[in-house]
Amino acid sequence: MLKILKYSFFDLSRSLWSYVYFLFYLLLGIILLFLNNDLSNAVITLMNVIIILVPLIGTIFGVMYYYDSREFTELLLAQPIKRRTIFIGQYLGVAISLALSLILGLGIPFVAYGLFESAAIWNFFSLLVSGVFLTFIFTALAFNIALSHENKIKGFGLAILLWLFLAVVYDGIFLLILVYFQDYPLDKFALIASVLNPIDLSRILVLLKLDISALLGYTGAVFKLFFGTSQGVIISFGVLALWVVLPVYRIIRVSAKKDF
Amino acid sequence: MKYFISIIFLLNLLPTLAGEIRVCSPCEVKTVKQAIEIAQSGDTIIIEKGVYEEFNINIINKTLHIKGVDYPVIDAGMNGTAFGIKANGVTIEGLKIINIGRSYTKDFAAILLNGSENFTIKNNILENVFFGFLIEKSVKGVIEGNRIKSEGGEEANSGNGIHLWSSSEIIVRNNHVQGMRDGIYIEFGKNCEILNNLSEKNIRYGLHFMFSDRNSYIGNTFEDNGAGVAVMFSKFIEMKKNLFRKSWGSASYGLLLKEISDATLEHNIFEDNTIAVNADGTTRVLFIENDFKNNGYAIKVHGGAYSTSFTRNNFLYNSFDVAYSGRLNDNSFTGNYWSDYTGYDLNKDKIGDVPFRPVKLFSYLVNKTPEAIVLLRSIFIDLVDFSEKVSPIFTPAELIDHEPQMNRIKW
Repeated sequence: MLKILKYSFFDLSRSLWSYVYFLFYLLLGIILLFLNNDLSNAVITLMNVIIILVPLIGTIFGVMYYYDSREFTELLLAQPIKRRTIFIGQYLGVAISLALSLILGLGIPFVAYGLFESAAIWNFFSLLVSGVFLTFIFTALAFNIALSHENKIKGFGLAILLWLFLAVVYDGIFLLILVYFQDYPLDKFALIASVLNPIDLSRILVLLKLDISALLGYTGAVFKLFFGTSQGVIISFGVLALWVVLPVYRIIRVSAKKDF
Repeated sequence: MKYFISIIFLLNLLPTLAGEIRVCSPCEVKTVKQAIEIAQSGDTIIIEKGVYEEFNINIINKTLHIKGVDYPVIDAGMNGTAFGIKANGVTIEGLKIINIGRSYTKDFAAILLNGSENFTIKNNILENVFFGFLIEKSVKGVIEGNRIKSEGGEEANSGNGIHLWSSSEIIVRNNHVQGMRDGIYIEFGKNCEILNNLSEKNIRYGLHFMFSDRNSYIGNTFEDNGAGVAVMFSKFIEMKKNLFRKSWGSASYGLLLKEISDATLEHNIFEDNTIAVNADGTTRVLFIENDFKNNGYAIKVHGGAYSTSFTRNNFLYNSFDVAYSGRLNDNSFTGNYWSDYTGYDLNKDKIGDVPFRPVKLFSYLVNKTPEAIVLLRSIFIDLVDFSEKVSPIFTPAELIDHEPQMNRIKW
């Protein structure tokens, strides 16, 4: 598997898009820091960007890579290699190279700016951790979609739809329910609903670390109580991990049975 | 040396002229109590440097001037009130009063004044006190240049720094109050002026008005208090040039206005507060040329607002500029600068051609359903806010600034 991972990884690191992605984050980090002069403000702005872009790019890249390397995959399938090894290797290659672009692209300007002496280091760290999780989650989801759909257009469409649903529509439905049932106590529901969606969960994990969490008022206090306990932390990271593990498990199952 | 001798000479001469009593451990008079007992009205008591373990020092009907040299320490030993005064024209200056005992039934204070006129309390240092200055039923006094500091604890077992009750024409100036329950508290006060004080890290409020009409507070700084200033059930309050900072917490605000009428707020700066102004029941309140910067909410109106106007204020980078419940009534937002404003100015008169709606849909929704706040900074909310801005459906249609300024207002 390591060999396949290595090939995918090197293949991607030769591709222009990885560099564009890396440069984009590098530029974003530099611009934010030098326009803002305030680390914690920069972290907030960055959070907005990461929560939109990381899932989107993870999804698109995942789908694109799968369809693009289809011939190479078929070649590999002809060899005496386990299918699981091939697909997981490819998946990890994509996810790791994307995560690396994110970490390096944002990390370099922040470290250059003096992150280690700043109190914002944990905010930044939690931002990166959720960014990496989102990359792994959405790449896995994208592989799932691509595996189940031979038709590229359909695959792309579904991938975009999935991103749209989790990033935007989910919150819309969430809000609708909150407004519709406003006469009932809703903080437990709000907690569960936001833990279930990885984008919402990472947004809240980062928000709670920032000063701005005081704005959340009473509901925020309920959230802080939950995420402050070790149980809450375990649950939220468990959910994020589950979002990675379940799609990966499906990749293994589907790819084992699939007719190429 | 010559000067020194002449000063000593003069100092020795003084008592015979003005009636002066010295208190120090080698002196004839060794305690403050003793000095007050033998003093005549009009005398000056000079307390030399040292530690005096005394409490319940009472001055009744004698006009005395008590002065400390190099901050002599009056240590009440956690017992009771240090000075209890019921006399006119009293001056207390340059003392360091420490260790006032806490009580749940009695209001022990460093200096308790009751029914006194023309008093001066100046340049004292208060540490570890329950109440600092407790002024009751007094008229015409000056409280100036004092430093009051305590460890606070909880609301129930701490007292106020400067507490004015049923008093009028008191000037509170240049004091520094820290770590009390309320920094400065005024109840049933009239015509008092609170000027240039620094009130910080207090458990409850930096400054608290209750049922006090016709007062003003100008040039004060309120920082890092439970809440900056609470003005409740009062009329004709003038609030100018104050700085409200860092009242940050899930239940904090810079300024609370509760049942206020005929007040003016001018040239104040609100910075880094969760809620800068929390208004509940305001009538004829004018906000003119204030800065609201980096607050969670700049203005939160809970209803019952009439003839309240916001004119020429700067709203800079607040998460929410205005949250509004209830009817608009005859309140107005006119000619303010909003950093969120994205309109244009074709005729170059520095007034935006498109009116600005300061209430975002999200802040409207959060007002109705507080739990919706968990969607803060979600993309969906940004989209909805944007579409609402383009064609408003939910947000109060009349709540509009018709003359949004293109540039930050300089005042």
